[in-house]
Amino acid sequence: MRIVFKTDYMQDIRPWKDGYQLSLYLILLAVVFAAPWILDVFYLGELTNVLIWAIAGMGLMVLTGHTGQASLGHAAFLAFGCYSNVILLEAGVPFILAFPLAGVITGIIGALVAIPALRLHGIYLAIFTLAMSILVDDIIVLTEPWSGGVSGKYIAGIDLFGLSIDRWGTPMLFYWLVLAVTVIVALGYINLLRSPLGRSFIAVRDSEVSAQAMGVDIARTKTISFGLSCMVTGWAGAFMGMFAGAFNNETFSVVISIELLMMIVIGGLGSIHGAFFGAIVIGFLPQFLSIAKEYVGALFGGSTVAIPGLEFGIFGMILIAFILFEPMGIYGRWLKIRTFFELFPFYRKDMFKRQKSYLKTERLR
Amino acid sequence: MSLLEIENVTLKFGGLTAVDNLSFTVEEGEVFAIVGPNGAGKSTVFNLISRFYDPYAGQIRFDGHNLLEVKPSGVAAYGVARTFQNIELFEHATVLQNLLVGRHRHRKTNLFSEILFTPSARRQELENREKVEEVIDFLDLQAYRDKMIAGLPYGVRKVVEVARALSTDPKLLLLDEPASGLSVEETTDMRWWIDDIRRQMGITVLMVEHDMGLVSGVSDRVLAMADGAKLALGTPAEVQSHPAVIEAYLGKAS
Ligand SMILES: Nc1ncnc2c1ncn2[C@@H]1O[C@H](COP(=O)(O)OP(=O)(O)O)[C@@H](O)[C@H]1O
Ligand SMILES: [Mg+2]
Repeated sequence: MRIVFKTDYMQDIRPWKDGYQLSLYLILLAVVFAAPWILDVFYLGELTNVLIWAIAGMGLMVLTGHTGQASLGHAAFLAFGCYSNVILLEAGVPFILAFPLAGVITGIIGALVAIPALRLHGIYLAIFTLAMSILVDDIIVLTEPWSGGVSGKYIAGIDLFGLSIDRWGTPMLFYWLVLAVTVIVALGYINLLRSPLGRSFIAVRDSEVSAQAMGVDIARTKTISFGLSCMVTGWAGAFMGMFAGAFNNETFSVVISIELLMMIVIGGLGSIHGAFFGAIVIGFLPQFLSIAKEYVGALFGGSTVAIPGLEFGIFGMILIAFILFEPMGIYGRWLKIRTFFELFPFYRKDMFKRQKSYLKTERLR
Repeated sequence: MSLLEIENVTLKFGGLTAVDNLSFTVEEGEVFAIVGPNGAGKSTVFNLISRFYDPYAGQIRFDGHNLLEVKPSGVAAYGVARTFQNIELFEHATVLQNLLVGRHRHRKTNLFSEILFTPSARRQELENREKVEEVIDFLDLQAYRDKMIAGLPYGVRKVVEVARALSTDPKLLLLDEPASGLSVEETTDMRWWIDDIRRQMGITVLMVEHDMGLVSGVSDRVLAMADGAKLALGTPAEVQSHPAVIEAYLGKAS
């Protein structure tokens, strides 16, 4: 077991525990950076997709995992980000401005949406945001002159610093662009969590009454959280558009919203790691399933089985399994495994025993 | 001028008058206790000071400010900190993080400097650590600093809640039943801590407590309540021997 002795306050403030942990993350970063030389084009595309989902996951994680506000409407913000990016690019705005702006616009929309949503809790907030997700389809159809409506829009490559970046033409460059944004968002997220604002998010999530008593303005904090969450989600949406190349009113459906929420639950709510673990599951599940399908198909005489909605159904089953057996998600499971090895052979089974939390009614009395 | 002035405050929940035309003042530097049977309205008085409820009538002033003009989140800014009867900690955060939330009212940075973690944000974090670390030392919480609240025993949680309130650097500390559910030893610790909070830190304490040993040990004045109204107010000995108080506790039959 590694024991970290704390001798100065910066050790608590720095995002890494010690030099060992820092070097692990740097090695991981180096490997991920070198991926284009290691992987073939197909898997590089898959990895790009995983990173885009991880950005979206971080976006939703801020709101749901850290501020405790469930959203079933985040596909709407993916759409806002995607469309603003493309519309700005078409208007001749260079990518270096259009992309950040797409996020900022989406963030502002998110903060505005937060105002009516502030009074809603739990399931009511989920229903409200779900309605948004359904509405966005109609909004895209209604704003046809700008959005292209049902026939949709296309996006070819973009130009950045004189380089032409295109998902198909220059997949390496597109991958590095996505990776750069992923790293920037993750660093900003880490900084947020070690600052007063991030802690006030957690405070609002865990106890609104005592957050208030500590001077945290609930409405303001939730609005900021919505704004930040939607901004990051907007960026992910912009990348999703560029990754897909073509999209219309049905691309960012309610299903995507649900998948996004499932993803962060499976990954582990309340941790940045969770967004990444969830994205890996969501990114590679279709691959895994198609391999499994082929295998099953071969077993039953050659033809591949085609069951509509199979992917989603299996995803739902995985989610239920996690909620029942591992509410802390993959990240929680990882922590347990790590602790097991660190403490070996002193691990006790009840070490992570779930604590019953008090019923939250009547708690002011 | 008194530090806290409650003047003719009434609060009704539907047909129930939880606080009934109540008046009292808390002077700077004293330990003031509120006692009374369950349902007397003691916690409701705290919640009124925290601005969770708007009084039906009356005035609440703190340190010269009209508290009724501020939002619930504005009360802490004036220097009022509190604990809750049914512990309200941030369950899925560490003790250190909980205490750092207590520093929120001293926040000088903004969204941008925090996301970039500029030198000013770093300096503020260092200051916050120093303050919080003083509180950790004072309440002997070193062993729990990096533990999640969700795994802590009840007695420790109670102390963490006091620590979080102290981290705000308050002028007035509201303690809602600080000793309920604590063992005899833990109650004794709490007693000395409350004494030190007043003497060393110069913080005024307003507490609700059932343990009469603790109340008479630390408090200068005691207010006895029943059914939302004032029964008696005076030194611990005076209140304990007051006929109305004895009647409220022992029932009308005696
Ligand atoms: N939010 C609320 N809604 C309705 N009734 C309440 C509420 N809070 C407290 N009460 C009632 O007000 C009375 C006083 O409660 P409280 O202040 O918690 O008493 P205690 O002196 O035991 O702390 C009780 O009868 C309680 O049931
Ligand atoms: Mg009470």
